[in-house]
Amino acid sequence: MTVGILALQGNFSKHLEKLHALDCTALLVKYPEQLQEVDGLVLPGGESTCITLLMEKTGFHSAISEFAKEKPVFGTCAGLILMASEPNDERVNSLHLLDISVNRNGYGRQVHSGIHEIEALVNGRASTHQAMFIRAPKITKTGNNVSVLGKLNNDPVLVQQGHHLAACFHPEMSVDISIYSHFLEMISSKNLAHAV
Amino acid sequence: MAKGTFEVKVGLAEMLKGGVIMDVMNPEQAQIAEDAGAVAVMALERIPALIREEGGIARMSDPEMIKEIQEKVSIPVMAKVRIGHFAEAQILEALEVDFIDESEVLTPADEANHIWKHDFKVPFVCGCRNLGEALRRIGEGAALIRTKGEAGSGNIVEAVRHMRMVTSSIKKLTTMGQDELMAEAKDMGAPFSLVQQVGKLGKLPVPNFAAGGVATPADASLMMQLGAETVFVGSGIFMSEEPAQRAKAIVEAVTYADDPGKLADISSGLKKAMKGLDISEIPEDQMLQERGW
Repeated sequence: MTVGILALQGNFSKHLEKLHALDCTALLVKYPEQLQEVDGLVLPGGESTCITLLMEKTGFHSAISEFAKEKPVFGTCAGLILMASEPNDERVNSLHLLDISVNRNGYGRQVHSGIHEIEALVNGRASTHQAMFIRAPKITKTGNNVSVLGKLNNDPVLVQQGHHLAACFHPEMSVDISIYSHFLEMISSKNLAHAV
Repeated sequence: MAKGTFEVKVGLAEMLKGGVIMDVMNPEQAQIAEDAGAVAVMALERIPALIREEGGIARMSDPEMIKEIQEKVSIPVMAKVRIGHFAEAQILEALEVDFIDESEVLTPADEANHIWKHDFKVPFVCGCRNLGEALRRIGEGAALIRTKGEAGSGNIVEAVRHMRMVTSSIKKLTTMGQDELMAEAKDMGAPFSLVQQVGKLGKLPVPNFAAGGVATPADASLMMQLGAETVFVGSGIFMSEEPAQRAKAIVEAVTYADDPGKLADISSGLKKAMKGLDISEIPEDQMLQERGW
């Protein structure tokens, strides 16, 4: 199994470290044709406006839309915004992979960024996570097909819909790697389903 | 819940990686920067090239202008304070800017001391010419380091010098024993614990960006290949003939810094870059990099 990390802008190298810690083969993806080599894709944190422009210019927007029909995608922070059906900002051209509505920087500017303890259902188990929120997006609405796996107070912060996963926070910035193993499991079951 | 911790400050610096941070002087320029793909804007009253031309004391920007820029764009807004001017920094924190640059581009307020940055919730970025200077600033609480280069010169030579100084010193530390590290810490004038940490990690404990003299997509590529993780562009964009076009080109050049074929396309047909200065044309007492220690 090979997992790609979109490496146009953002902290893609931290995701690479996490995937390596799980002994997973990981690849920084800078060209759309590299998507053929990967079984799942991580959309990292960064600035969603900048990544939008680079995705449009390089042909990634249509390439990832096509890829995501069959293959799992995991977005964190800016990545989540890029997956939302309603990013509520004309500066962001979303891939519409998750039926959620988001408010960019909904948790405020950097002085309001912080590490929060959240409860989440990861790998089928209830667990506690130290989640880093950086100028994070807030999910304001989720569709019926969206499972809320993690919440901060009453807001959804970790969501899954079919073979796509997204977090408002930054699992790549914490010690815990269970959310990555959850994503790898999603890729494995998708691969199995194809093999049958 | 932990807000404003060192980890959280470094967290934002991490998100800015692989991007371009652009100096802007008003909301219109901030809009151009965001539309071109900037990951953040640095709000200041005069870009370094104009400070050089016009002279006078360069201070923190008018809060009104910073607020207008915050309203205009959705990306992080940074602003500069004078070296040692913690009261300017307190004002910027009250405005909720996302990052404060304690910058040699402005006229220093304290010739002996830099700001004690651990006292703030807002992260700080500071310039350096070498590893010792970088580690002193990190010791004071900087969550991000950039080369000083020579701001407003449009000349990359000083940024290259500073980046090479930092990376070669880091390499040297990784080869040293504990006894040698103590002697090196003394020579560098840097905190021993940070010298030890860098020796072990083989890199700075915070992200390392380039600034001071970037004017072309090739300059941005050069700095990225020398080890910078993001590029600040000060005068290089808004002193060029066609800022929007140049800004977009530099954003793309950072992403594809190691792809010469793409860089050739990106660099083709751009309107004129800023004119720039040879370092020997700058009188010694006007070298901005000499400010701070």
